Amino acid sequence: MTSVRTLAAPRRTSRLGWNLLGLLVFAVAGFPVYWMLTTAFKPAKDAIDPDPSLLPTHLTLDNFSRALHIADFWGPVGRSLLVSLAVVAIGVVVGMLAALAISRFAFRGRKIVIVGILAVQMVPLVAMIIPVFLLLNDLDQYDKLSGLIITYLTFILPFTVWTLRGFIVNIPKELEEAAMVDGCTRTGAFVRVVFPLLAPGMVATSVYGFIQAWNEYLYALMLLSQNNQTATVWLSNFSTKHGTEYAPMMAGATMMALPIVALFLLVQRKMAAGLTAGAVKG
Amino acid sequence: MSAADTTTPAKAPPRRPSPPPPAPPGGPRTKRASAGTPWLLLAPCLLVLALVMGYPLVRLVTLSFQKFGQSQLWGFQPAESVGFDNFAGVLGDGEFWQVVLRTIVFAAGCVTLTMVLGMMIALLLQRVSGWVKTLVNIALVASWGMPVIVATTVFKWLFDSDYGILNAVLSRLPGVELIGHNWFASGPQGLAVIMLLVIWGAVPFVVITLSAGLTQVPAELEEAARLDGAGAWGVFRYVTLPVLKPIVVMLTTLSVIWDMGVFPQVFVMRNGHPEAEFQLLTTYSYDRAFVVNDYGQGSAIALITVLLLLGVVAVYMRQMLKIGEVE
Repeated sequence: MTSVRTLAAPRRTSRLGWNLLGLLVFAVAGFPVYWMLTTAFKPAKDAIDPDPSLLPTHLTLDNFSRALHIADFWGPVGRSLLVSLAVVAIGVVVGMLAALAISRFAFRGRKIVIVGILAVQMVPLVAMIIPVFLLLNDLDQYDKLSGLIITYLTFILPFTVWTLRGFIVNIPKELEEAAMVDGCTRTGAFVRVVFPLLAPGMVATSVYGFIQAWNEYLYALMLLSQNNQTATVWLSNFSTKHGTEYAPMMAGATMMALPIVALFLLVQRKMAAGLTAGAVKG
Repeated sequence: MSAADTTTPAKAPPRRPSPPPPAPPGGPRTKRASAGTPWLLLAPCLLVLALVMGYPLVRLVTLSFQKFGQSQLWGFQPAESVGFDNFAGVLGDGEFWQVVLRTIVFAAGCVTLTMVLGMMIALLLQRVSGWVKTLVNIALVASWGMPVIVATTVFKWLFDSDYGILNAVLSRLPGVELIGHNWFASGPQGLAVIMLLVIWGAVPFVVITLSAGLTQVPAELEEAARLDGAGAWGVFRYVTLPVLKPIVVMLTTLSVIWDMGVFPQVFVMRNGHPEAEFQLLTTYSYDRAFVVNDYGQGSAIALITVLLLLGVVAVYMRQMLKIGEVE
């Protein structure tokens, strides 16, 4: 990035210093993840060694089978999957229509709508839990997955609208105009020109929204009963007859985190591009 | 979609090998599509938000002025209006002010450290070799992608008093004996651990967003500043930072909002029952509503939290609207 070429020699030594610093950041940032993984694959008695070795000596899958058997694991995971997928499906379709409206139409009240959608994002979810809980009670949706899905739209919708807006804005209007000059209707231009270009952004937004819904804890804890718990609540309640057993717990944590981190790796670059769309005038 | 079908442009150009008429100036934006189209597109979104956000928000305000406990919840008694009683009760409570102060200190610490560390790491990534950059990015994205609950349980394990790796490693240092040290015995120490957890989870987003922004800083400008004799700090202060300002403002305001709303980290770290020394506004409001069953006062506390954040939100909105105008 830096473009001083005249200082080649001193820069090589300073580059070494920067690299060492970078490796330190890597070690600190990566350590919790590393420790989760090594603990998950260690024999349980090694995990509680008072003088633990930083490198695992034996690897075992025992902790995983224990985590699966301590409490129902697939039930919560299935519920989390169902909720997250439903929320994303609704969120992306509804959000896309709204994103189109605010990015491609000039209309009176556009600014107010944008402010409103952004403002919704700014209200801390925690502050809303009391009235949301009462609302679901009134609608007879307490302890029902449908109730949780509805409430998750609170934070998924503003996010999808805003992110998709970012992706749509990045598609030059001229393309649509050209298609319309060639005889497409506005809708036709959208379906044939904008939509294909938007698809990768939509996929990324969906995946990211899925992750957010999957990770949510407070609403899942409050709006569903114990027998209906989701994956995050399952993990937070993880304990055995012997109190907290960390080795199986880390195995459970690993099972919950790995698919999510993998998904995240797939979309994060695309998301960063969408989020900063127009944030800096290049 | 069908709604949009009805709004065909005024006239489609004839499909003939004659040169097409020039496009109307300004393109589709200025073409008066029927004014209803955008509203039709927005309708589903606005309806959903009105139900899941608008109504609860109104309910939060009305609840704050009502006596609402167990018997009202089960419908044995109607909710009665009590004016400002809930607020008087909350504001007159010394503990509440301690919680407010603790929350502000906690959030300020999280935001400042997150932003400073994030900026430093983003600048560092510009100066390291490609393979180091890749490694750091992998670690950052992995920690960013970790579900909060997973991260919280992992930190619980790292800081466990008997078997935690942190105590074990620190105890290897000469003169340090921390085996069995309980990090959560005192509020400030425990909250510092939770702060670490929050920062660890928040820094990656800041780094990656700032890194994207840094690629937009024109190298010629930095070069020119250097030639004019600016030091590293000068270049950062007078060239880099001004270009990044919109992103920095956005990230800072978002961080304030997120860090004021920290809940699961404290809640799960303390096994669902945060002690008095660990209470932040969010957990305090939750306790008042769901543990003491005083939904009115709980709502009042939540509403005060939202009001505290309004100023920050206003700054964020202005910034985002500016971004929204860049079309």
